Parts: sequence; structure tokens; C-alpha cells
Amino acid sequence: MNLALLIPEIVLAVTALAVIILDLFIRQKVWLAVFSIAGLAVAAGFAFSLWGDAPRTIFYNLLAIDNYAIFFKFLFLGIAALVILASVDYVSKFRDFQGEFYSLILLATLGMLLMASAVELITIFLALELVNISMYCLVGLLKDGRSTEAALKYMFLSSMASAILLMGMAFLYGFTGQTSLEELSAALQTLTASDLINAPALLLGIILIIAGFGFKIATVPFHMWVPDVYEGAPTPVTAFLSVASKAAGFAVILRIFSTTFDPAEFNWGMIFAVLAAITMTAGNILAIQQKNIKRMLGYSSIAQAGYVMTGLAAAGLAAAAAAPAQSAVLFFLLCYTVANLAAFIAIIVVTQNLDNDLISSFSGLGRTSPALAAIITLSLISLIGLPPAAGLMAKFYIFSTAVNSNLLWLVIIAVLNSAISAYYYVRVIRVMWAEGPQAKSAIRLPKSVLAALIVCTLGMLFFGILPGFGMDLAQLATRLIF
Amino acid sequence: MGLLDIIIFLPVIGAIVLVCWPHPAEKLVKIFAAVVTAVPLALTVYLYNAFNHTAGMQFETKLAWIPAINAFYHVGVDGISLPLVLLMSLLGFLVVLISWKIHDRVREYFIWLLVLETAVLGVFSSLDLLLFFIFWEIVLIPMYFLISIWGTGHRKYSAFKYVVYTLAGSAFMLAGILALYFTTGSLNMLEIQELIPAASAAIPLTAIFFLLMVGFAVKLPIFPLHTWLPDAHTDAPTGVSVILAGTLLKMGGYGIIRLGVSIFPDIAQRYAPLFIILAVIGVLYGAAVTLRQTDLKRLIAYSSISHMGYVLLGIFALNDLSLTGAVTQMVSHGLVTGLLFAVAGLVLHNVGERDLRLLGGLAGRIPVIAVVFIIGGLASLGLPLTSGFAAEFLVFVGSFASTAVAGIKVYTLLAAAGVVLAAGYILWMVQRAFYGPLPERFRQIKDADKREMLYMFILVGLIILIGIYPAILTDVIRTGIWPVASLFMP
Repeated sequence: MNLALLIPEIVLAVTALAVIILDLFIRQKVWLAVFSIAGLAVAAGFAFSLWGDAPRTIFYNLLAIDNYAIFFKFLFLGIAALVILASVDYVSKFRDFQGEFYSLILLATLGMLLMASAVELITIFLALELVNISMYCLVGLLKDGRSTEAALKYMFLSSMASAILLMGMAFLYGFTGQTSLEELSAALQTLTASDLINAPALLLGIILIIAGFGFKIATVPFHMWVPDVYEGAPTPVTAFLSVASKAAGFAVILRIFSTTFDPAEFNWGMIFAVLAAITMTAGNILAIQQKNIKRMLGYSSIAQAGYVMTGLAAAGLAAAAAAPAQSAVLFFLLCYTVANLAAFIAIIVVTQNLDNDLISSFSGLGRTSPALAAIITLSLISLIGLPPAAGLMAKFYIFSTAVNSNLLWLVIIAVLNSAISAYYYVRVIRVMWAEGPQAKSAIRLPKSVLAALIVCTLGMLFFGILPGFGMDLAQLATRLIF
Repeated sequence: MGLLDIIIFLPVIGAIVLVCWPHPAEKLVKIFAAVVTAVPLALTVYLYNAFNHTAGMQFETKLAWIPAINAFYHVGVDGISLPLVLLMSLLGFLVVLISWKIHDRVREYFIWLLVLETAVLGVFSSLDLLLFFIFWEIVLIPMYFLISIWGTGHRKYSAFKYVVYTLAGSAFMLAGILALYFTTGSLNMLEIQELIPAASAAIPLTAIFFLLMVGFAVKLPIFPLHTWLPDAHTDAPTGVSVILAGTLLKMGGYGIIRLGVSIFPDIAQRYAPLFIILAVIGVLYGAAVTLRQTDLKRLIAYSSISHMGYVLLGIFALNDLSLTGAVTQMVSHGLVTGLLFAVAGLVLHNVGERDLRLLGGLAGRIPVIAVVFIIGGLASLGLPLTSGFAAEFLVFVGSFASTAVAGIKVYTLLAAAGVVLAAGYILWMVQRAFYGPLPERFRQIKDADKREMLYMFILVGLIILIGIYPAILTDVIRTGIWPVASLFMP
């Protein structure tokens, strides 16, 4: 038992609890944010010290410490820090619950850290529930009608998804008698597609697991909760949901499927290829009609999940293509994170000033607050997949691995989807730059938000112009434990 | 870091300086933009002089860029791309002069203009597929802003249509590039042709060829993917119309030669009849529709469709004369149509009207503009001693003698009939705009000022220079065309 390997998680748990206690004594709530970010930074520092070590497991094969887990831990810690930075002003809307906000964000992040490491089904489930329960509270934290409705909806649907997931895990356990991914992998590696047909319980188990996680990453047809929850939740929470929660879902799915099934025997990639095609198309088409920017970004994040799944599909079709495809998924998530966070953080500031989330109210932002409008534009350009932002490189990388796995048809669907997506992203750009100003004065930009925006913008440009570093990092991170 | 890199990136560095420059005076922005476009122009002229007529790719820079996917920062120019780089840096500079009378959001306007110049220069000089694609896509962004903010008429609709069309085209192109990358494992445009396996490719080469061609076809444009062109050209501000018609369309032609025909010679030859038929349709349909136009800018825009038909014909006639003619036509059309759009913008600015039904008799009031416009018009219809004649003559002679496609003589003759239609619409346009009775409200209009004369005379001078001595251009082009044409030698 080596607790040193678990220090990032321990630091985070302690910070989260300390924030709740400090909340009782501190009047200047901004110190809670400072304290939380300090906790995240310390956790990140400890996580960094583990990078590059030989992969190993702790707690009797419950948690893995490998580059893959550390890559995601870094990502989650970074996202949490940026979200907290960006919401320093916004938290005034939570009135008496500011301490709870920080603490819940930290607890959700803790759950995600554990998800990234978990290599055993029950542990995965527990970590997931920690994230979920924190998220339910966060979504409802505004305590108005919209927010409460969203929280309730999220809780009901998410619990249902968790139940489905658990059912799937139960089937898998019933079939193999194992819950550890290592043992499962030993039992299932030789499984072929025809074996699956002969074992309907196992097949059902796999389908239920996909459905359960499909909810988390919001693939069609498990996406129904997204627009309402994204719209009703406090904007920083929406931002957190749309990047961190999604990335955590992908982290687990990729790990489970990559370790448990051998693509040479069972082509699990095809399932994700079909889901990817449906997801990106539906997400993009539904996004077109949206008038509310948060709903639009909600559908857009569904479409983006579709692009990520092309990488999953590529990893699951040919064993030889698996490693590059995995690293492409990680790189895509990295690029998607900086772009989507930049968009959301900018939107947090704008909507707070305008007091509504309508796209039309962004009118003339390019005249009144050019820097903010430029950052939103860059992030939308990245989401479309245009240079010089990170999105293009992410797409190029992930689609190239899909072509490698003989998925040219999927890539054609995906690139056409990128063109369709321009339709609604460009509309926002047009409203900001080509239409007359609506707001009279420039939008006040708090320093902490500015710092978060600068980090995201530099990230977008860095991964867009010199993606080599990010890709190398993602390649190193695909060293999975099993 | 070579001269070529400086030429490509100086404009965008200028744009970054403008972004960071707090509250510059309007005049200062324009002078600054003129300087950062004049330097690349001077350097390109120097490169053009220093170009070695016996060597292939020159002034190359190759740096490791993304090792993970084997992508390089790799630029260079040969006889095909150097004239186009020169054309872009020339128009880039002139467009700053042409845009001198922009007074709305001046700094932003020139920022986008400079970004656009870098992007187009990058397209013409990239030798790495990913780099090429990136520059290709960047072009969209400044173009969108320039049309939708500073345009006229249905500017937002036109800009949007342009973006959607081009993005759809480049989506297929991206798929094609990825397939090519998968097939050859390389992104190097110079060596890909040798790396392509003969037959047993996992993805059919024909499919890759057509995926790439869709992207180029939208840009050139090839009938029936041309409908974005009249809207975008008409509603763009004058300077942007000049760049759009002058250089952006050439990206399509350049791409077809560099990636379509050079990399897939067998497939290009097999499907040449298809493209030649589309070229002839483009020439005749474009010309016929042009005849019906009553808006000065729209008329010039439609004539571009017809002229790009000659480029396509020249390319797919697949011999050295016709290919040389196609590239010459690209340069010539850039100068001629650039001039026509610039003058049309001037007419619009000084006269305040561009509906041909309401214009008339302007020649007496604004003789300089009228004469320049008529010279441009005559070059556009291919009058001898203008660059238009040299280019179209080469295309027709080359394609008439071509053996690549059965029955090409008939197609060539049909396409040549487009010249007759061109004479019709050009002369009719000139007559409607500049002759006949002068409406009362145009009595007070002004002729071109000194700065406007400067850019008009530069363009007119170049058009006539190439018309009298085409070898100044074709000698360079032939060095680049020869390796391509030799792929089709029996």
C-alpha cells in the first residue's frame, strides 16, 4: 500500500472539506477561490511528479497510476482551476452557497481523478457517482425555477443511466466472475463477435455499459438531457459539465474497451463508428435551430463528442491503429477543452452583463468589447475546425487515424458535419461583428476571468500552430497499465 | 528563414502589429499597410528575377513541424507558383491603394486584408499538404469578415454562402488529403506522386482524386458549383472583389494542376473528357449569363466563370502549351479582372451607380476611367496585344493540338465561340456605361485622382507588357509546367 501515489486525490479531498469549514469563518469569499485553486495546484504538482513512472496499480488492482490516468488528472485539475477562476464574479449569484460551489467543484474533480485511475468496475462506478452527485447539486445551485428543474431532470435521467450502467456491469460480472479490468481482459480478450452472439447476456452487458456511459458523454440517443440541463445550470457549471464531465466519460470508456477487448477478435469499434455518425449529425442539425447560446453549445458539444467517437471507433477496429487513435482522442479532448472553455468563460461574462443567454443579444459585441468578441470568435473557429485554432489539428489527427482504420466513410460524414456546423457557429460570429451594437458600454472583464481566458486562448493558438508538443504528450499518455 | 518566408509572413506580422497598435490614425494605418505589402512585392519581384529557368522547385525552406504526423513547414516556388505569388503580392499592394477610401473600421479592414494576403501567398507556396490545407482554410476567415462587414447589398448572405460552399468543398478536400496521407504515409507534395502505389491501394485512387477535385471545383469554380461566385463578388467591397477574382479563384486552378493532374496523371487523363465538357459548359454558360447582366459588378463576376472555363480547358487538354496557357490565363485574368473590379468600384464610388440601365455617357465626364475600363474590357475579350490574347491563344492552340481527349477539336472550337460572346457582353457593357446620352445627375462626377491613376496604370501597363512580350511570363511558367506535361507524353 503506497499512499504517496494517491496524494493528488487526498489533497483534493482535504481541500474540499477545508473549504466547507473555512466558509463558516471567512467573510471575503474570494479567499475560498484562492484556497481552492491553491489546492488544485498542489494536487497537480503531485500528479506531475508521478508522470513518466512505470505504470502500477494500488489497492489490490483497484486504481492504476499510469501516464494515461495522470494525463487526465492534469486535464481535470486544469479545467477545475479555470472554471473557478472564471466564476469568481459569477458566484455572487449563489448568495450564501459560495463555499458549497467551490467545494462541490472540488469533489466532482476528485471523482473524475478517480475515474481516470479506476481499473475495476465497482471503483469506476463509485467514482462516477461521486461526480454525479456533486453535479446534481451544482446544477441546482442557483435555486431558481430553471436551475432546479434542470437539476431534477439531470438527477432522474442520470440515476437511470447509472442504474443501466450498473446492470451492464452486473452482467459482465455474472458472465466472467470478475470485476477487475485485468481479470476481465484475461477472460474476454479471446472473445470474437460470433461468441458474443452466442452469449446474449454478455452482449446485453456490453450494450448496457455503452448506454450508461453514452449518457455521460452525451451521445445520441442518450443526449436528451443535454440542452435543458445546459440551459438551466449556472453557466460555470455548464462549462464544467461540457468539458470535464465529458472527458471523464471518455477516459473511462476508452480504458474499459481498450483493455478488455481485443480489436482483432471483436470489432467493438464499429459500434462507436455508427454511434459517432448518428451523434455528430444529430447534434449539428439540432444546433442549427437554437436561439439560446448555451443550448446551442450544448448541441455543439454533442456533435463534438461524435468527432471524439471517430477516434474510439478507430481504436476499436484494428489493433495496429489503436495506439495512435488513443492518442488522437486524448489530443482532441485537450483541444476541445481549451476551445469550449474559452467560449463558455467568455459567455459567462457576457451573459452576466446582458442578463440573458440569447445569441441575438451578442449583437455588436465586436464593436463594444473587441477582445472578448475576438476570443469567442477564435474558440468558435476552433470548434468549426478552422485554422489557426487547435480544432483543425485535433480533427486532422483524429480523422487521420480513422482513415487508417478504414473508416473513410465515417471521415467523409465527419468533415461534412464540420461544414454543417459552420452554419450555426458562423451565425454567432456574424451577430458579433457584422451587426450593430446593442449593449451601450464595454463589458467589464474581471482580472481572474481575463487570466482564465488568456490561458485558454494561448492553448488554442499553441495547439493550433505548434501541435507537436500536445501530440507527443498524448502519445506518451497512451501507455495504459494493462 | 529565406526570402520566401519573409514574403509570406510579413503581411500577417503587419496585421499583428495593427492589432496591438492602440488607436492609430486612419491615414497611418493605410500607409503602414502599404509598406508591409510593398516590401513583399519588392522581394517577390527580386525572386522572379533571381529565378533559375533551368531548375525546378526553388527558394525552399523545410523545417520539422509536427513530427507525430510527419508534417513539415515546407515552402518553395516553381514556375507554376511563382507567377501566382507575384500576382498576389502585386494585387496585395494595389488593393491597399484601391481601398484607400475605406473609412469605416479602417484598422480592422486592413488587419483582415493583410491576413488574407499571407493566407493566399501560403497556399501558392506550401509544399506540405497539411500546411497547404491550413492556408487554404485560413483564407475563408478574413474573406468572411471582409464581405460581411464592409460589403454592400446582401453582404451577410453572400459572405455566408461563400463560407458554406467553400467549407463544404474543403471538407471533401480534407477527406482526400487524409486518404492521400494514409495511402502514401507522406504529406510532401513533391514526393507523393512517386509514393502512390500502382493499383492495390486500400482506398481507390479515383475516389481520392475526386475528393480533392470537389474542393478545387468549388474554388475555381467549375460549373455547376459556381453559384457562390456572383453573390460574393458582387457584394464584396471593391478591394476584396479584386483579390477574390484576382487570386482566390486561382487557388482552384493551382490546386488542380499541383494536386489533381500532377499526382494522378492516369486518372486525370481518364476523366479529362468530363472536365473538358464542364469547361466548355462553363465558358458558354458563363458568357451567356453574363450577357443578361445589368449590374456592372455582377457582369464582371459572371465573366469570371467563363474565363475560368478556359483555365479548366487548358489544364485538362493536358499538353505543355495548353497547361502553360492555363497558368498564363490565371495570371492574366487576375490582372484584367482585378483592373475591371477596381474600376467598377471607382465608378460606383464616383458616380454612385452601377446599374447599367441607369448609366450612360460617362466617357465624356470621366475619360481616364473610361479609357482604362475599355482597355480592361478589351483585354478581357482577348484582343491581341493584351495579356488576355496571349493566354487564350496559348490555351486554344494547345488544346486544339492535344491528343489527350477524343474530339477535343470540337470542344476547343466551342470554347472559342465564348470569345465571340465575350466581345458581345464587353462591348455592350462599355457602350451602355460610357456612351450614349449622359443622365443629368451625372454632370458633376469626378474622374480618377492621382493615386487611383497609379494603380490603374500599373495594371494596364502589365496587361499590355504581357500582351506584347508574353515570354516574360511564359518562360517561367514553362519551367514549372514541363514536369507536369511530361507525365502525359506518349
